Amino acid sequence: MLKQIEGSRAVAEAIALSRPQVICAYPITPQTHIVEGLGEMVKAGELTDCEFINVESEFAALSVAIGASAAGARAYTATSSQGLLFMAEAVYNAAGLGLPIVMTIGNRAIGAPINIWNDHSDSMSMRDAGWIQLFAETNQEALDLHIQAFRLAEELSCPVMVCMDGFILTHAYDRVDMPAQEQVDAFLPPFEPRQVLDTARPVSIGAMVGPEAFMEVRYLAHHKQLRALQLIPQLSAEFKQQFGRDSGGLIRTYRTEGAETIVVALGSVNGTVQEVVDEMRDAGTAIGSVGICSFRPFPLVALRDALQQAKRVVVLEKCFAVGLGGIVSDGVRNALSGIQLKGYTVVAGLGGRSITQASLRQLFEDAGADELEQMTFLDLNADMVSGELERETHGRRTGPTAEAILRRLGTVGSQVG
Amino acid sequence: MELQTVKFYQTGTFTVGNRLLAENERSVQANMERTNSLNSGHRACQGCGEALGARYAIDAAMRATNSRIIAVNATGCLEVFSTPYPETSWQIPWIHSLFGNAAAVASGVAAAMRVTGKNDVRVIAQGGDGGTTDIGFGCLSGMFERNDDVLYICYDNEAYMNTGVQRSSATPPAARTATTPAVGPDPGNVAGTGKNVPLIAMAHNIPYVATASVANLRDLEFKVTKAMGIRGARYIHIHVPCPLGWGSAPADTIRIARLAVESGLFPLFEAEYGEVTGRTKIRQRVPVDEYLKLQKRFAHLFGKQPDTARIAQIQATADRSIARFGLNGD
Amino acid sequence: MFQIRIHGRGGQGVVSGAEMLSVAAFLEGRFAQAFPSFGSERMGAPVMAFCRIDDREIRLREPVITPDALIIQDPTLLHQVDLFHGLSPDGYILINSTRGFEALGLSEFTRRFRAPRLCTLPATEIAMKHVGRPVPNAALLGGFAAISGEIRLASVVAAIREKFPAAIAEKNVAAATESHALVAAAREGIHA
Repeated sequence: MLKQIEGSRAVAEAIALSRPQVICAYPITPQTHIVEGLGEMVKAGELTDCEFINVESEFAALSVAIGASAAGARAYTATSSQGLLFMAEAVYNAAGLGLPIVMTIGNRAIGAPINIWNDHSDSMSMRDAGWIQLFAETNQEALDLHIQAFRLAEELSCPVMVCMDGFILTHAYDRVDMPAQEQVDAFLPPFEPRQVLDTARPVSIGAMVGPEAFMEVRYLAHHKQLRALQLIPQLSAEFKQQFGRDSGGLIRTYRTEGAETIVVALGSVNGTVQEVVDEMRDAGTAIGSVGICSFRPFPLVALRDALQQAKRVVVLEKCFAVGLGGIVSDGVRNALSGIQLKGYTVVAGLGGRSITQASLRQLFEDAGADELEQMTFLDLNADMVSGELERETHGRRTGPTAEAILRRLGTVGSQVG
Repeated sequence: MELQTVKFYQTGTFTVGNRLLAENERSVQANMERTNSLNSGHRACQGCGEALGARYAIDAAMRATNSRIIAVNATGCLEVFSTPYPETSWQIPWIHSLFGNAAAVASGVAAAMRVTGKNDVRVIAQGGDGGTTDIGFGCLSGMFERNDDVLYICYDNEAYMNTGVQRSSATPPAARTATTPAVGPDPGNVAGTGKNVPLIAMAHNIPYVATASVANLRDLEFKVTKAMGIRGARYIHIHVPCPLGWGSAPADTIRIARLAVESGLFPLFEAEYGEVTGRTKIRQRVPVDEYLKLQKRFAHLFGKQPDTARIAQIQATADRSIARFGLNGD
Repeated sequence: MFQIRIHGRGGQGVVSGAEMLSVAAFLEGRFAQAFPSFGSERMGAPVMAFCRIDDREIRLREPVITPDALIIQDPTLLHQVDLFHGLSPDGYILINSTRGFEALGLSEFTRRFRAPRLCTLPATEIAMKHVGRPVPNAALLGGFAAISGEIRLASVVAAIREKFPAAIAEKNVAAATESHALVAAAREGIHA
């Protein structure tokens, strides 16, 4: 059924349709509307056979989900940014224990300095924890991916993170097609755990594993993600058959046939990228784009196939590896191993800075003319940066950058003492 | 003829396998049908108080619930010595997640039991003093506040033993640990203000809080059984001597635990909804010295020049405890 | 694609206004996207919300930089924030005020736009009259429907009824209807 609702609400309804049994919630901007929506549905009796638990921290939230999942209940939670870091220990624990928990990440920057706006640094901080990471391009895809995520998680016994851009998607009203309960039930069977805490068949879960078996356990975790490379497209195809639309999968290509320049990105910015691609194609430029949906497992083969004929690849990322360069770029470079083409890393949108059509147009034209640096920070305020660097060369004691910049800008709040 | 008053002491309390009692009055441990939930073959040290306490507690809980228990364990000695991969000594469903989240994981398990209709299956969370009073404190408080149907058992051996005897917030004043060494002008642990988790648990107004000791099996079994008859958040704090960490003889574990109780340093009491409802009075009080002397972690207080001032401080703590909980026997 | 930018202060219903606008467009079978300029919850701070309406799926995810219409809920923002940034010369301006453009000090400025597309509307007063609260968003939406023709009053009314509980909804509907009539009449006046 078509609805015009907030992205968070769409996700909450999709979760509810997936018959979760235990939902644990701790508030953090910008995911809070999701769990608030779910809490309301449980309290009002709309979502039945579901326990909604208000916990005292994100660490507790994922821990409650771990206990619930290990005991055979379909468990869900959501977080962002600082909250994801606070539960980091539990994130690794859930993956190591093979628990099919689904968690929404309302993508938000990580401090210091504190920032509530969107970028991908939070999900990226947990990229090697062993969770499957799927990135939604639209609110429709966000709601669809959650339904797919429960199925994926339970088939593989692997937790899944569904990542959606904070504010840009979570707080946007969009038109979405909400499936019916029967459709979801046909796609998502009840949870049947492989190993469960059961008094009839006692097992001990979570024992220490020493040097004699640890490497094997970790190898098998890697292997599990490699199996996901097959399962993710399969589920997406099955989803399309049953629900009638493209959602999920490993990557999505847009006008890449014959493209000389291909832009690679994750999440909602793909929409804006596609607008610019259309504009430039209309003007005769051979440009296309690829949206990565499955970031973990990283789709090396699919990307290679999509990108290898291009002359240049521009990786547009809302994250970066401090002191090294691009994170997504690293994976793309890996995928293109042995292939000679020009690669550009563009770090954009950090801390919620808008990525505009106009900026992207300029950027892609510069790329096309190969007038781009190897690594660029899009729309960087060069004055602010050079001013700060200048100040730092004159003083031995530098201190926190953000506060120093504020002082230069003369913001009253920073004049303390 | 002169008459002399003779006092007869009942021996049942101190004798685990007392055959003077009817079968249905025997302790769980004396019963041939006991579940042995923590089976032999684990790797605990000789004389480990925690292994003893855990077996006592879980077997009592199993009898009380007709063997319908799931256990959640924090990282620590109990978890490590009971599950050396690929073996396990646990005969019940058991999960170890992390160091600080046992209470939260247990809340999750309890929720799963409710939502899957298994209302007769009960959940026990267990951890050492490190995992309970320090790193697991937040999750513990959260579980209490929500009144989740979980019994949390803390096995208190007064330090982080598994990692090599480091100080925790449960380590008593003057005790030597690896991070509070017995050197310098102020050897051993500082005096501090203390962190009484049973009292903190009471402050959450949960249905049941109790302290217990491996020296008093009957009392421990009674309290665990009583706890399992209650729904909601419950907390039992069990004092468990650690021969390795305390520097005591493995054969002295129960004796030392008894001395802790009889000196007043470890009061035995029960509380419901924030009010003390019962206490075990001390029949024959002992001065703290008798307790401290058996442990090398307090050795620096004795010797040629005993630290009488600090011993007096410890004695004062014991006196206060006895007064506070009304432990003076007749 | 038609883009609207709404300016106001926290607590004035700027964000719900944009949301209701998107719902109105949705009810007409169109695609719509509404989102706020984001920030921590704070009453009284300047806020913006955006709405895009189109007949195909809206893929663009940037703030509205070149609006086709501006709705200004709080005139105290007028000479403080660059409200008109990016507005096209064919754009619509709807300002919540009892005063006209001249009294607001905007007559010079508005000369570069098209008179029938500009309007001031005492939306707060209308809201107070019908709803009893100084939240002008519903009234402004009624006015917007009249001045732009981009959505129908009936759709605005339906959107209001979806958003609010019955009693409050009807009061807002009354406010929107009165505003619509007022703005429609004013436009008639200009044409005449």
